Amino acid sequence: MYDFLVERPTSISQAVAALRDDDTQVIAGGQTLIPTMKNRLAGASKLVSVTKVKEMLVFVAEDGVLRIGASTQHDRVAQLQDSGEFPALGYLAANIGDPAVRNRGTIGGSLANNDPAACYPAAVLASNATIVTDSRSIAADDFFIGMFDTDLREDELIVEVRFPIPQRAAYVKFEQPASRFALVGVFVAQNAGRVRVAVTGASDGGVFRWHQAEEALSADFNPASVADLQVSAEGMIADIHGSARYRAHLVQTLTSRAVAAAS
Amino acid sequence: MVEINMTVNGQQRSGSVEGRTLLSDFLRDQLKLTGTHVGCDTSQCGACVIHADGVAVKACAIFAWEADGAEITTIEGMAEADGSMSPIQQAFQDYHGLQCGFCTPGMVMSAAALLKENPDPTEAEIRDYLEGNICRCTGYHNIVKAIQAAAAA
Amino acid sequence: MPKDFGIGASSKRREDARFLTGNGRYTDDINIHGQAYVHFLRSEVAHGNLKSVNVDAAAASPGVIRVFTGADFAEVGGLPCGWQVTDRHGEPMKEPPHPVLAQGKVRHVGDPIAAVVAETAAEARDAAEAIEVEIEELPAVIDMQAALDGGPLVHDDLETNLCYDWGFVEENKEQVDAAISNAPHVTRLELTNNRLIPNAMEPRVAVGDYNPSNDESTLYTTSQNPHVIRLLMGAFVLSIPEHKLRVVAPDVGGGFGSKIFHYAEEAFCTFASRQLKRAVKWTASRSESFMSDAHGRDHRTVIELALDNDGKFLAIRTSTLANMGAYLSTFSTSVPTWLHGTLMAGNYTTPLVYVNVKAVFTNTVPVDAYRGAGRPEATFQLERVIDKAARELSLDPVELRRRNFIKPEQFPYATPVALEYDTGNYHATMDKLEEIAGLEGFAARAEMSRADGKLRGLGVNCYIEACGIAPSNLVGQLGARAGLYESATVRVNATGSVTVMTGCHSHGQSHETTFPQVVSEMLGIAEDQVHIQHGDTASTPMGMGTYGSRSIAVGGSAMLRATEKIIAKARKIAAHLMEASEEDIEFVDGVFKVAGTDKETAWGDVCLAAYVPHNYPLSELEPGLEETAFYDPANFTFPAGAYACEVEVDPETGKVDICSFAAADDFGNVINPMIVDGQVHGGIAQGVGQALLENAAYDSDGQLLTGSYMDYAMPRADDLPSFTVDHSCQTPCTHNPLGVKGCGEAGAIGSPPAVVNAVIDALARGGHQVDHIDMPLSPYRVWEAINA
Repeated sequence: MYDFLVERPTSISQAVAALRDDDTQVIAGGQTLIPTMKNRLAGASKLVSVTKVKEMLVFVAEDGVLRIGASTQHDRVAQLQDSGEFPALGYLAANIGDPAVRNRGTIGGSLANNDPAACYPAAVLASNATIVTDSRSIAADDFFIGMFDTDLREDELIVEVRFPIPQRAAYVKFEQPASRFALVGVFVAQNAGRVRVAVTGASDGGVFRWHQAEEALSADFNPASVADLQVSAEGMIADIHGSARYRAHLVQTLTSRAVAAAS
Repeated sequence: MVEINMTVNGQQRSGSVEGRTLLSDFLRDQLKLTGTHVGCDTSQCGACVIHADGVAVKACAIFAWEADGAEITTIEGMAEADGSMSPIQQAFQDYHGLQCGFCTPGMVMSAAALLKENPDPTEAEIRDYLEGNICRCTGYHNIVKAIQAAAAA
Repeated sequence: MPKDFGIGASSKRREDARFLTGNGRYTDDINIHGQAYVHFLRSEVAHGNLKSVNVDAAAASPGVIRVFTGADFAEVGGLPCGWQVTDRHGEPMKEPPHPVLAQGKVRHVGDPIAAVVAETAAEARDAAEAIEVEIEELPAVIDMQAALDGGPLVHDDLETNLCYDWGFVEENKEQVDAAISNAPHVTRLELTNNRLIPNAMEPRVAVGDYNPSNDESTLYTTSQNPHVIRLLMGAFVLSIPEHKLRVVAPDVGGGFGSKIFHYAEEAFCTFASRQLKRAVKWTASRSESFMSDAHGRDHRTVIELALDNDGKFLAIRTSTLANMGAYLSTFSTSVPTWLHGTLMAGNYTTPLVYVNVKAVFTNTVPVDAYRGAGRPEATFQLERVIDKAARELSLDPVELRRRNFIKPEQFPYATPVALEYDTGNYHATMDKLEEIAGLEGFAARAEMSRADGKLRGLGVNCYIEACGIAPSNLVGQLGARAGLYESATVRVNATGSVTVMTGCHSHGQSHETTFPQVVSEMLGIAEDQVHIQHGDTASTPMGMGTYGSRSIAVGGSAMLRATEKIIAKARKIAAHLMEASEEDIEFVDGVFKVAGTDKETAWGDVCLAAYVPHNYPLSELEPGLEETAFYDPANFTFPAGAYACEVEVDPETGKVDICSFAAADDFGNVINPMIVDGQVHGGIAQGVGQALLENAAYDSDGQLLTGSYMDYAMPRADDLPSFTVDHSCQTPCTHNPLGVKGCGEAGAIGSPPAVVNAVIDALARGGHQVDHIDMPLSPYRVWEAINA
C-alpha cells in the first residue's frame, strides 16, 4: 500500500472534521481495511482512526433498546451470548472471523463496509435497528443500498447502532468453506408480534429481507410455516462455493433452522 | 513518519514508522523480533498472532501506530523468567505440537489467550478457538493434545 | 516397555527449543548488510504477446536501484526440467524453454515480466506499479481437453499442447484391451484429481548475496534440497561453478514438495546480486505464492477395472490427462508417469495393467510434485473404482479388497507395472484397521445419525506407495537427469561427540531429533552427543534432499553406512590401544572390549586417540575419525496400509463432517513413533483437505479464482477430528539396513479415497444412488449430487 497520514481524534467532532479532507478514510478495527489496503485494493491519503473516540464505545441497554457504540469490538458484543439481553446478537458476534479478528473488528466498521457476506447487516436489518451517525439517524431499511454500498455520505461517521431488543431471535450462518464468511446467513427476529427475516451472503444486492417468510412467520412462528416457501434464485450470488439455486435453497433451510433455534 | 512507544515483552520500545508500517513489520524489522511470522496477506493464517493489552490480535492486521502505548507480548516474551519454557510451550514440545515451526508462534499465542479466557476448554472449544490459526504440518491433532495438557498442567 | 532413547524411542524434538521461543532462523529472518529488495511485476493475464515493457518511470521512482526485464535474461539459461519422459512412440517429451523473466510472451497469471530492485520492499512495490506493460492478450487455454483439441498454443514453436503421450506398459496394451473386452464385469469411473496449491505456511523467500572479493555467490532459499538448487541453477541457468556457489536452506517452514523445485526468483536474486554487487532479497506474499508456487495433482482420468464373477481383478486400464501448466517445473514430468503409472497395481494381484497419460500444456501455473506426487492420483482412482465395483457387484468393499490382496507369502512380488514389492502384509494392516476403527459399531452409530437427520457413511481403502526414491541406475533409465542417492559425513570430535552432515533437509520432518537416535543406538552414546547439520552446501556432502519419503530410508542409510565405517576404524584403534587383535574387539554400549578378557576402553578414549595420536598405529591408519558414505538404494520402499473414515452428511445442506479417521500403516521399522504419528496426522489432514475443501480453480480466461485463503479452503482445526493411527504392523524393508520405509506421504496418499468412499456410502444409505462426486466434496457439490 502507499503511505498515508494518520489522525487519531478523541471526539466525534474532531473525527468528522478530519474526515472532510479529500481522499480520507475512516479506520476502526481495520480487520477488513488493512488486508484490502495491503493488496492495494483500497487506499487513502489519510486514515482517521476512531478507536479513541469514547462516545463510540457506548454499550448499554435501556428501555428495551440496546445501544452499541460503533467502535465496539465483536468480542464485546459476543459476551451477550451468556449474559445479555440479546443472545442471538451475541452468538452472531461470537462467530465472526476468529478470536484475534473479534478482538479488533468493530460493528461500525462492518456496517459501513456492508460486505455482502458480513453477519452484522443481517442482525441490524432483522432487528429493525437504527444507525446513528454524527448527523442523523438512519433506519436499517434505508441504510443498506447494495453490495459494499450504504446510505452513508463519504464524510459521515457511524456513531452507534440502536437495536430494539426482540422478544425472540436467532441467527444461523452457513459458512463459505474458505473465508468462513456467510455463504448464507439468516437472522430471524420477532418483536411486538411482527417477524423480520434478514438474509446475508446470498444476494448480489447484499443483505435483504425475505418478506414472504416474514408474513408466514408473523402469522405462526414455527419452522413449518416456511417449509413450503421458496426464494427465487434470481439475483443470488453464484460462484465456486455455490450456485444461485443452492444459495436460494439455503435461505429457506436456514430460515427454518433459525426459527427452530429461536422458538 | 509517526513516533510510537510501546511496551514489548516488558521493555519500553520506541520507533519512527510510516503510516503504512504494520505492527508485524515493526516487530520483525525494527525490533528484530523475528519470532512473529507472516504467512499470508489476508489476515487469515494467524502465524503473526501476538498479545496486545492482554488479548490475541493479528500483528499483520494492525498498523504499528495503532499499538502506540500498548503492552505487547510476542512469542519471545512467553518463556518463564528463568528462561525455561512456559507450561504451554513445554506442552507443545511434549506432545509434538509442531513440525516446521512456522505457524507455532501464533499457535502458542492463541493457545495462551484461550487458556486465559477458558482454563479448561473441551476439544471442540480448542478447535473452534484455533479457527484463525492455520497449520499445514500437524493436522492439529497434537496441537489440540498439547493445549489440553497445558490446561491440565 | 517403550524405549527411552535410540531407535524406537519417542525422543522429544530438540528443534522445538528454538521454534517455540521465537528463535527459529527462517530465510526471511536473514538480512544481509546493505541488502536491496525485489518486487516482481507479474502478468495479470493468462496468455498474451508482450509488446513492450517501459520501465523508465519505475526506474526513476524513489529508492529504485534497477529494473530488470526479460531482455536482461536473453542470454541467461532457462529453468531446467529434471526428468525426460519418452513417449509411447519413442519420442522425447516436448520441452519448451522456461525463462527467468518472460521472453516475448506471458503464459499464465503470475508469470514474472519485470523485477524492480529498490532500497526497501515498499519502494520496489510502489515502483512496479509505474511499469508500463503492453500486452496483446491472446485467448487462454485452461481446459486440458480443449488444449489437445486445437486450443490456442501455449508454446507456438511446439505446434502442439501435448507434452507427451505415455503408455505403460506399452507391450501390455493389447492384452489389457482384450481382457477388458472379454471380462464378465467391467467397472468404469471417470474422475478428477483436483488441482491443489501446496501452501506451506512459510511463503518462499530468496536472498542472493554476491561477494566480489572472491567471486562467490550465496543463495539463501526456502528449499527442501539446497544441493539440487545449486546443481540446477549453477549448471543450467547462471553458469556458476559449484565452488563459487553456495546454497543455504536454513529453517524452512514446510515444503510438501513445493520447495523441491528450482524457481525463477532464486535465479533472479542470485543473478541480480552479482549484477548489483549487493544482496537482493525477495519475500513472497501469500498472494504471490498462490500464483508462483508450483501447484499439485490436476489429473482427469478414466479408469476401468475388469473383474471375474468371483470379484477377482482381471485387468486395469487407465487414461489420464495430466496438467503441466504453462512450463515444465523441475520434476513435473515424472509425477504423472513413473510416480503414478507404476503404482496402478496397488495392493492387489491384478495381472494386467495399462496406463496411458497425456501431459498437457495450459495457461496455468506449472504443476509439479505435491505430497505424495503421483501416488495419491494412482491410489485415488484405484480405490474409488474398487469401491464402485463392490457396489455394482453387491460385495462388501473390504471383502473385495481382501480377495485380491497380494498374500504375505507372495513377496517379493513383481507387479505388471515394473515394480517389485519387497515385502508387505496387507491382510495384517486391514485386520488392524478393523480393530482400531471399531467398524463393528458402525451400524449403531449410523442409526444415531439418522435419528439426528444426518446420513452416516463409512469409507475404507488401502494404499501402497513407492518411496525412498530411488535407485539411480533405474531412474536414470527412466529419464531422471540426476542420481537419487543420499550422503552423510559422520564427524567424530576428539572428545567423542558426533556431528553428522547430511544431504537431506529437514523442514518439519524432525531429522535433528531422529537421525541422532540412529547414531546414538549404533555408538552407544547419548543422543545429545550427536548433532545434525543440514541445509548448507558448504558444509554438507552432495545429497539430493528431502522428498518422496526418502530421508530416513536413503539418507538414514547413508548415515548408517558412514557410522559403520566409523565403528570399523574405531575398532582398529581400540585394538591398538588394548594391544589386542581386531577380530577380538567387541563394541557394546559405547565400550570396546577384548572378547574373553576384562580389558575395555571407552568410546571417548578411542576418539581422543584418533585426534591425539600419540599412541596410534600411524603407519597403518590415518589419524582422525570422520567418514562419508553415499548410499544408493537397491529398490524403492513400499509403505502400505489401510484407512477408514466415517462421515456424517447433512442432506439439507450437503455439508460433510468427518466423525472419525483411522489409519493402519506399515512403515517397516520406526525410529521415533511420536514423530511418525505426527507425520501421518499431517498427511491425513492434507488428504482430507483435498477430499473436502481444497481446489485451485481457474475461470475460462485463466484467472485464478482461488487466489487467497478467502477462496482456497485450507483445513482448519475445526474441520478435523482427532485421528486414530497405528503403525504396529511392521514388515521391515528388506533392502535397506534400517528396515525402514518412510512415512511422510502416506497420510496424504491414503486418505482422500476413504473420505470420498464414505460420503458415497452415506448418500447410498440415505437412498441417494450417486456413483461419484469430484473432489473437493464441498457442501455445494454434495447437495448438487443429492438433488441432481
